[in-house]
Amino acid sequence: MKITEFVHALMTYGFLQKALFTSIMVGVICGVMGCFIILRGMALMGDAISHAVLPGVALSYMIGLNYFIGAVVTGVITAIGIGFVSQNSRIKHDMAIGIMFTSVFAVGIILITFMKSSADLYHILFGNVLSVRSSDMWMTLVIGIVIIGLVYLFYKELLVSTFDPIMAQSYGLPNKIIHYGLMILLTMVTVASLQTVGIILVVAMLITPAATAYLLTNRLWIMIYLAAGIGVVSAIVGLYFSFSYNLASGATIVLVSAFLFGIAFFFSPSQGLIWKAIKIRKNRTNLS
Amino acid sequence: MNEALEVKELYVSYQGDIVVENVSFSIEKGKIVGIIGPNGAGKSTLLKAMLDLIPNDKGHVRILGKDVDDARKLVAYVPQRSDIDWDFPITVLDVVVIGTYPALGMMKRPKKEQRDWALECLKKVGMEEFKNRQIGELSGGQQQRVFLARALAQKAEVFFLDEPFVGIDATSEEMIMLILQELRTEGKTILVVHHDLSKAEFYFDELILLKKSLIQYGEVQKVLEPAVISKAYMNHHLFLNRFGEVQSS
Repeated sequence: MKITEFVHALMTYGFLQKALFTSIMVGVICGVMGCFIILRGMALMGDAISHAVLPGVALSYMIGLNYFIGAVVTGVITAIGIGFVSQNSRIKHDMAIGIMFTSVFAVGIILITFMKSSADLYHILFGNVLSVRSSDMWMTLVIGIVIIGLVYLFYKELLVSTFDPIMAQSYGLPNKIIHYGLMILLTMVTVASLQTVGIILVVAMLITPAATAYLLTNRLWIMIYLAAGIGVVSAIVGLYFSFSYNLASGATIVLVSAFLFGIAFFFSPSQGLIWKAIKIRKNRTNLS
Repeated sequence: MNEALEVKELYVSYQGDIVVENVSFSIEKGKIVGIIGPNGAGKSTLLKAMLDLIPNDKGHVRILGKDVDDARKLVAYVPQRSDIDWDFPITVLDVVVIGTYPALGMMKRPKKEQRDWALECLKKVGMEEFKNRQIGELSGGQQQRVFLARALAQKAEVFFLDEPFVGIDATSEEMIMLILQELRTEGKTILVVHHDLSKAEFYFDELILLKKSLIQYGEVQKVLEPAVISKAYMNHHLFLNRFGEVQSS
């Protein structure tokens, strides 16, 4: 299918417009949050929290609650549990993550089997962007505004507590509150991304665009804008492939972002593998 | 009120093991004080515990006559170089601008005034020409100078430096010492965790000799007595190297 047809379909179908809008929002907020997640060395934590929302979502469906509430509850409980286990034993942080999130995820799978259809599980895990309802779209928008607003207001505090937590603490910033605040935002990002990329692949949208941006700049605020931009491009192009070739939207979006990462990895002006190799060769020929 | 720092019966433990035991001392304003002791003596822990960066089991600390939480903005803390992620996407000038954050308060952004002040501090440590570099591109000594500039930007009264001289070049070391001495003449108080004894007598007015508990605190000559030093370095063989410096192995 050609791009013009995609654009035409976009003008015609409301569901596709909702899908596109939600995907773009998800691209932005995952990119922004992802920057802080990777710079704080919490990539694995992002994976854990995103999986940990599953039982919360399942429970919310069962008792007819908004799944946002359940997701935040189980996400935060898991984050606290991971911190508790690693701080109170010789178990390292990554081990604690591995134990806690898989357990919570397993509980979620069992809960979901009690629900009527297995299609629900499939959609929660892998996303189904073309079935985005208006209410989902608005929730994503609200989550997006909250996250961008908070990052804008507390940019300075996030920067210093990420770069030099000891100094941040020494002048009185509450590092713990910032950490758990970020965990809450992370569960919100996951909820916002459920329909678009699904639980399993949220982590890719958190890490890959941010990592790509990380290779391209030496300034945090530029990195945040770049990551958001790369997230948006991945979302739009991914949605195009998903719609045109009837592929899972989560997978196509993630693959586009991985492709962009690959380009940065090889061709980044400062960090790219290719330029480094050329420089090394040049230096050697100059010497011989 | 002439005390810059007062520590009373400070106890700190880590996972059930006592790391700092019953340490008390009080430091007058306008001194450069070295915290020395063998590896694992709890030097950095003491420094952090004084600022409540790690919880203590018992003890009381007062900074310039105030409780620690009321004195936070009067203190500048320079972390160990190994505590910093040098790949972080941040430029030299922006690191120094962070020094203006505590005075700015929550949610307020640094403006031109703060950036100008940061640049001035960067000039004091001779690093202004590197202001747009990413911090990881600098040498160890240059990195340390940038962090000292950040501390200067904080306009603090008390300075805490954790191992500032580890792995840095002689020029940087000299420059940092000169700036610290300048701060002293302005009446500021400086605490430096320091790993080797060799230059202690030139650098510091007073020494805190630590080995879990306080072995000795006082004027440099009093602490550097062989009889005193050997109490802390009991199992370490002290020897004078060929430059006449005291070393431990």
